[in-house]
Amino acid sequence: MWLRGISGLSLAFLYLPIIVLVVFSFNASRLSAVWQGFSWHWYGVLRHDEALLAAAANSLWVAALSTSIVVLLGVPAAMGLERLRGRGRRSLETIFLLPLVLPEVMMGVALLLFFVMIRWPLSLATVVIGHAAFNLPVVIVMVRARLQKLDPRLEEAARDLGASAWQTFCRITWPLVRPAVLGAALLAFTISLDDFIVTFFVAGPGSTTLPLRVYSMIKSGISPEINALSSVLVLSSMGLVGLSLAFQRR
Amino acid sequence: MNQSSFSVESAAGSRSRFAGFRLLVPGLLWTIVFCLLPMIVVLAVSFATRGTYGGVVWEFSLDNYRDLLHPLYGRIFGQSLLMAGMTTGLCLALGFPLAYYIARLPPRRQALWLVLIMIPFWTNFLVRTYAWIFILRTEGLLNTVLIQLHLISTPLDLLYSNQAVLLGLAYGYLPFMVLPLYAAIERVDPALIEAARDLYADRWSLFRRVLLPLTKPGMIAGCVLVFIPSLGAFLTPDLLGGARSMMVGNLIQHEYLVARDWPLGSALSLVLMLMVMGSLLWYFRAQAPQAGAGGGR
Repeated sequence: MWLRGISGLSLAFLYLPIIVLVVFSFNASRLSAVWQGFSWHWYGVLRHDEALLAAAANSLWVAALSTSIVVLLGVPAAMGLERLRGRGRRSLETIFLLPLVLPEVMMGVALLLFFVMIRWPLSLATVVIGHAAFNLPVVIVMVRARLQKLDPRLEEAARDLGASAWQTFCRITWPLVRPAVLGAALLAFTISLDDFIVTFFVAGPGSTTLPLRVYSMIKSGISPEINALSSVLVLSSMGLVGLSLAFQRR
Repeated sequence: MNQSSFSVESAAGSRSRFAGFRLLVPGLLWTIVFCLLPMIVVLAVSFATRGTYGGVVWEFSLDNYRDLLHPLYGRIFGQSLLMAGMTTGLCLALGFPLAYYIARLPPRRQALWLVLIMIPFWTNFLVRTYAWIFILRTEGLLNTVLIQLHLISTPLDLLYSNQAVLLGLAYGYLPFMVLPLYAAIERVDPALIEAARDLYADRWSLFRRVLLPLTKPGMIAGCVLVFIPSLGAFLTPDLLGGARSMMVGNLIQHEYLVARDWPLGSALSLVLMLMVMGSLLWYFRAQAPQAGAGGGR
């Protein structure tokens, strides 16, 4: 069947470049496109690249901090939006979703200008803020999707039985939305870990993240070390996203 | 009795509405300060003047917008629109058969295929772009294989061209096309397709007279979702493109970080945003008749 053939080819189109990249990260040769035997050599090189390890540490810090911020702000915001009715809700939704529709380059330059205007020196902190700005709608959208499926009578019953708002949240709402929040947090973490464009504009000197490091490595020439690094990045984001999907299913 | 319980309920209702508003204030402030305010700054700076050594002088002028009329910028905007349009077309051509195939699979296999389509999308965009450099460059995998097979004797110039950018963009955004198309095709009643077949419709008229009108909103959604990020692309033209593949995203980056002409860069990014908003508006108008059919909106 021709449809099946075309679909198979499209899937191959999506996966082949990634597979090729991973396979050649195990190539012993320095001339990266000719296969000369299996080797872990380039992964060893990665482990001893000090600048790279520092960039990886930066990336993990940024992802952890920005994810914490968007969860702390996003979960209450999603609950608040669910309780609102009428026209106010629509316009607030628009504001919250704004970062999702802005071109990334625009978000990057806008934040850069803003930080320069308020004389906030560019650093890892500005990167964290930038990531938390574009990840907030991600958490809000995902948590709201779960809240909309909840039976409102559960919360009402808890309130009728004399539970305070805080008790209702802790005992009823939170256990029900927890998988969605974990899934959203993992996704926000992955997006932050992978972000290049916004980081590119708002990172200060000395606050190189992993994608910025990969970019400068690519710009300064192709080496099998980039393949090895890329494979690590691909596998870690696939793992994180797989975990996130598993949480959303529950 | 009835009335009093009603008033209690509405008081509780308005209290919870107020509580709802209090819950979203911190997030709202965050978005206003770190997204809305920066955009207002861009708007303001686009009407200011460039300082002698870069930076911004607060002197009102329309010069930045007048500069945009320069043919060089016109060419880059035209190039971006063309690339984004071609990417959208390519994704539609690749995505429609794929989405149709998935929508006709048994439900369990559908879920598997959808996850398979999504996974590449969630892997690092920079890395996926690098994969194409690795494949397409002069000493790259494709040239190496072709030479070893004696199909060519000298390597082809594949990388650093508009074609490479197009390939990279279509590769990056194909999942955006497939998902809404799948959702639209999945809703089409299979009986309609069978009826068309029974009435001797060939493949083309089945597509044009049955599938196309029924899946149009999904198609427009997919097209807008591919068009918007392609139009503002920065990394793909930067890494895969040549000297003549510059797109708006690269121009904005150049004005900000290399030429340090912030007012002009701001004007450029506002025009880019207007184009994005324009295509979003088109999208909402296309989706509206469906949603409004019941509500009369």
